[in-house]
Amino acid sequence: MATVPDELEIRAPAKPPGLVSKLLGLRHSWVAVVGATLVLFWVVVAVIAPFAAPYDPNFQDFMALANPRPSGEHLLGTDMLGRDMLSRVMWGARTVLVVAPIAVVVAYLIGCTMGLLAGYFGGWVDTVFSRLADIVLSFPVIILYLIIIANFGASAFNIVLAVTFTATPQIMRIVRGLTLDIKNREYVTAAQIRGESALYIMAVEILPNARGPLIVDACLRMGYTIIAIGVLGFLGLGLPPPDPDWGGMVKDTYGLMSVYPHMALIPAAAISSLVIGFNLLADGIRELALKD
Amino acid sequence: MLNFVLRRLGQMAFTIIVASFLIFAVSEWTPGSVARKTLGPYATEQQVQILTEELGLDRPVVVRYLEWAGNILQGDLGYSTLYKQPVAPIFRDRLANTAMLAAIAFAIIVPVSILFGVLAGMREGSLLDRVISVAAIICTSLPEFALGAFLSSIFVIWLGILPGTSTLDPGSGWSIASQLVLPVMVMVLYDAGYVIRMVRASMIEVMLAPYIRTAILKGLSFPDVIRRHALRNALIAPFTVILLQINYLITGVVVVEAVFAYPGFGRMMLEAALNKDVALIEAGALVAVAIAVTTQVAGDIGYMLLNPRIRIA
Repeated sequence: MATVPDELEIRAPAKPPGLVSKLLGLRHSWVAVVGATLVLFWVVVAVIAPFAAPYDPNFQDFMALANPRPSGEHLLGTDMLGRDMLSRVMWGARTVLVVAPIAVVVAYLIGCTMGLLAGYFGGWVDTVFSRLADIVLSFPVIILYLIIIANFGASAFNIVLAVTFTATPQIMRIVRGLTLDIKNREYVTAAQIRGESALYIMAVEILPNARGPLIVDACLRMGYTIIAIGVLGFLGLGLPPPDPDWGGMVKDTYGLMSVYPHMALIPAAAISSLVIGFNLLADGIRELALKD
Repeated sequence: MLNFVLRRLGQMAFTIIVASFLIFAVSEWTPGSVARKTLGPYATEQQVQILTEELGLDRPVVVRYLEWAGNILQGDLGYSTLYKQPVAPIFRDRLANTAMLAAIAFAIIVPVSILFGVLAGMREGSLLDRVISVAAIICTSLPEFALGAFLSSIFVIWLGILPGTSTLDPGSGWSIASQLVLPVMVMVLYDAGYVIRMVRASMIEVMLAPYIRTAILKGLSFPDVIRRHALRNALIAPFTVILLQINYLITGVVVVEAVFAYPGFGRMMLEAALNKDVALIEAGALVAVAIAVTTQVAGDIGYMLLNPRIRIA
């Protein structure tokens, strides 16, 4: 009996489904479709904002101050300084969809490297990295943001720094766990016997096979990061004015909610829909991955 | 077992000590000295120099850290430049306010999450499961300030039945209870979605276990299977997650407190950060870390006590 699986192994394995057919498979999950649509919508908005936005996001239309509510000239109204809400929301999408992916990618580069090293080599490397991660993770995320931004000041770079700093240990833990699981598989042993370098094994054998959970995590993390950027903006620790960011827009207009609720509700709805998009997409991908 | 507890407590002490040094070093060692932060950007170089000498800030950071840590151990948390009084009494009031908010929210989040998580997880893929799951995802996707804006526009502006700010000032014309409704609602919606998904995942796993199939096959009714077999086992794994929510509820509520101007720990930390009140940030961050590490260790030990497979091993 024991020889049967061996024989099966030797035969050419069925061609695994490619990335394209996997992405097409997403259409079978309506959750994923709704999520992908929301994300795509905002990506398109962010790309076309420079050409399609009706006004400069910082242009003040003093004529609109008398009635900032939505009108023919300003489809979504203006804020309390007469700036066109539609244009600001569109440019805000650009801000968040540039800063958030940069932060997530940087966190992934560092987190994956640390996780692979800790999981593959174990020993003191693992102990040092895991202890470091424990210490950073022992800080409530929002308190870490406060400490970092309070001491280094608010700028796009420091926001990326703060988000990277908090996300890296979490990614490291996930990658470490996956590496521990994968490094005992046959194909890793085979590569070791072939005499491949540790770098090759980690980059070519382990990381690609860990991609499933990591793609789901990256989607979720995009959502968290967008919330984090919004929160920093709302707390007054975000990007310096006057460039539009959604959290800052809610903060500036929150006090006017009782008179002109549209000023705060529109950017609040914008950030919510984008985060919902990423989280639904993550859930859809996970659901499909479990079906296989 | 005792070994495990002692080792966890040792790690906890180590983490707090390293974290406290990091907090101190980052606050006092970064560009712009403590004296500069205290005096602000318009003070002359000479004034900064005088304060630096007066506070002994030119001594090595390790020496100052040991002094600071020693003072904290004796209960002296430093002096707040923002509130112009010692940090300790400010802390007491603010933490008490936040603890009240957290306790109410926790008392709602736990039963609500368990109920919906079990309902969703007992029949994976059912209509009820899909509705609860998507609702939970949407709730966790809404940033707290957006939730605050949505709920305020409904309950404060449209219906006019709740106050928009929760300063706990009895003279505002709103009872304290009514002031707590919106902050608690935001915290519950934002947090319960996450816990529901954890309980659901655990419930799904338990429902696939052989003993559940046995219970069904021996003719037990479905509600009995859930009540007598599934529920107890499904709540072991989420126990740690539920305990960790205390952490979010006490130290993560910066945004909720900022939205509703609630005089709690989170808003104090925000004000300290915005005003560069070094002593307050340091002490506050230390308290936050201590709460976080303690709940983590309590979660681990509780999990071990609940899970017979680990307890006996």
